[in-house]
Amino acid sequence: MRNLCQGLIVVMAAAFSTAVMGSQSLSPTLVIPDSAGDACVEPVDVIRRQHSRFLFEQRDATVHQGIRDGNYSLIGCVECHATRDSNGYPVPVNAAGQFCESCHMFTGVSMDCFDCHATTPDSPP
Amino acid sequence: MNKRPDELAAQGRRQFLLKLASASAIVPLGASVSLVALVENNNEEPVTDAVRWGMLIDTSKCASGCDACVRGCNEEHALGDLQRPQTDSQWIRKVEIRDRSSGRVASLPLMCQHCENPPCVDVCPTGASFKRADGIVLVDKHTCIGCRYCIMACPFQARSFVHEALSNQKSYAPRGKGTVESCTLCVHRVDEGQGRQPACAEACDREGHEAIVFGDLNDLQSVLSKQLSASGGTQLRADLELNTGVRYRGL
Repeated sequence: MRNLCQGLIVVMAAAFSTAVMGSQSLSPTLVIPDSAGDACVEPVDVIRRQHSRFLFEQRDATVHQGIRDGNYSLIGCVECHATRDSNGYPVPVNAAGQFCESCHMFTGVSMDCFDCHATTPDSPP
Repeated sequence: MNKRPDELAAQGRRQFLLKLASASAIVPLGASVSLVALVENNNEEPVTDAVRWGMLIDTSKCASGCDACVRGCNEEHALGDLQRPQTDSQWIRKVEIRDRSSGRVASLPLMCQHCENPPCVDVCPTGASFKRADGIVLVDKHTCIGCRYCIMACPFQARSFVHEALSNQKSYAPRGKGTVESCTLCVHRVDEGQGRQPACAEACDREGHEAIVFGDLNDLQSVLSKQLSASGGTQLRADLELNTGVRYRGL
């Protein structure tokens, strides 16, 4: 019985280390495309953690009170983070491998912003 | 970062007085006019009930068979993309009404009437239907659950439901499956200030009819108010006492 338990622990440890190794080997596949601007509206660690809160707060102020000049508009995000294809046309930010999609896919967090919101800037290429 | 309400109020007053001073310094004769323009252009402060946006539609100028306003609205908000007239959203539609006794036919555009007491807001179970302080009735699609009570409650059948997944929305007009939508009085243009008219009024002007006048019902000096005080305007279903923001003439 004791041998069986030890064997089980060894197997579990092996499985765990494989899982950890697996996730480490996954991380290089997260490639976030370059963005247009020099810097984000907030430091990277802040915007990574807080962007949903910033967006929600500004969204309510915009929809209900008409306040449209904050730093955290989704239109602003899309304008900066939509890449261009070889013909100069913007690629949707929620397309595979693009800025929003790549990180959300990697972290397994669904986003429904782009069921309604434009995924490319309105401005022509 | 977080300011107390009284601090915010004081700051608001200070900014207001500063702007008042600069406005009167630049245009001493037109101080009241430039003050209104400043309030419209200010996107930092919440909209207030000092303004109430409305429209006057002169049906005698509205041409039968012309749908320039509908096309203008569809283009502005990327409506009708699916080419399915049965279910595509209609924020504005052309209606012809015939007086039974005289046989007179009037043509008019019909859209959200931006009521002061909107039935759609009364029935909304989530608070998604709401009226902005400046009188524009909107749907907060983040809160809308698509129950469509508001569609049933609206006496003007002004609201539409989005039945299918959409793509190619405009950045200033987010629209999506499972939510209700209607005329926003081109709120993105209103917030922009600069005196821009809604897309329907612009399209009507471009066609040379000039049947739609947009403006501030509270500002007695606005073209809208002057026309209303000179020749009046009727509300649709005035018996419901909704005090609509859209008025008609020649019905």
